[in-house]
Amino acid sequence: MNSDLIVFLVLSLVSIAAALGMLFSRNAVYSALFLVLNFSTVAVFYILLGAPFIAMAQITVYAGAIMVLFLFVIMLLGAENLPSTKALPWQRPLAVILAVVLAVEALYLLLSRASSDAVITAPDASVNTVENLREMAMTLFNQYLLPFEVTSVLLLVALIGAIVLTRKEKGGQK
Amino acid sequence: MVQVDYYIALSAVLFVIGTLGVLTGGNPLIIFMSIELMLNAANLAFVAFASMHETFSGQIFVFFVIAVAAAEVAVGLAMIVEIFKSRRNINVDEVNSLKG
Repeated sequence: MNSDLIVFLVLSLVSIAAALGMLFSRNAVYSALFLVLNFSTVAVFYILLGAPFIAMAQITVYAGAIMVLFLFVIMLLGAENLPSTKALPWQRPLAVILAVVLAVEALYLLLSRASSDAVITAPDASVNTVENLREMAMTLFNQYLLPFEVTSVLLLVALIGAIVLTRKEKGGQK
Repeated sequence: MVQVDYYIALSAVLFVIGTLGVLTGGNPLIIFMSIELMLNAANLAFVAFASMHETFSGQIFVFFVIAVAAAEVAVGLAMIVEIFKSRRNINVDEVNSLKG
């Protein structure tokens, strides 16, 4: 068993445990913090896969900005301990059944198409150089320029939408 | 050396956990976090394949997914705050009419 595999197994255990903790913790603040842990482990996976820029974006945007927004809203609403009102009786069993079906499907696909020759070796040092980042930027701004611009418009629309949604009506009692 | 299948398996496990969260949750904040988890699982698969094929396209898709997730969270959380302000209740099983 080589060292890469050991690192992978330990990290994936932490990652899955954090995801389960997010799902099953009673307090929504703990859920958010477990999700931050999950995002951080996934960022380490990105570094192992030779994608340092995506790893940094993951930490700053996901684990930083988005999860802080979540924590802010949870605490603003005081929604950390929502009473678990009478859930629909058939909802939980049905959800578990559907999740098991999905898991079996994924497992079947994985096993039927498993290819043992596609291995990912640890990235060599060249991955972490400026050259690598420059190459990625060239791809982004040459080949994928239109989607990039569309994304910026999408973010602007989302920003305006959020402001309009939470704006107080002028003069009117809201 | 780690086989790419291992990364895909981890991605599938995380995706299934996220699906379970969406299907069971009554609290929309937990549902949103589960959606983030599912997006993240897909991102992991993208980066694993990009690393396997030694191309940047997969990483750039992840970049776009992160941007779209940020937009989704901004609008979604604004809606949750508004619904909470008008109804004092955000359980998705009880918020079942469009009229505020």
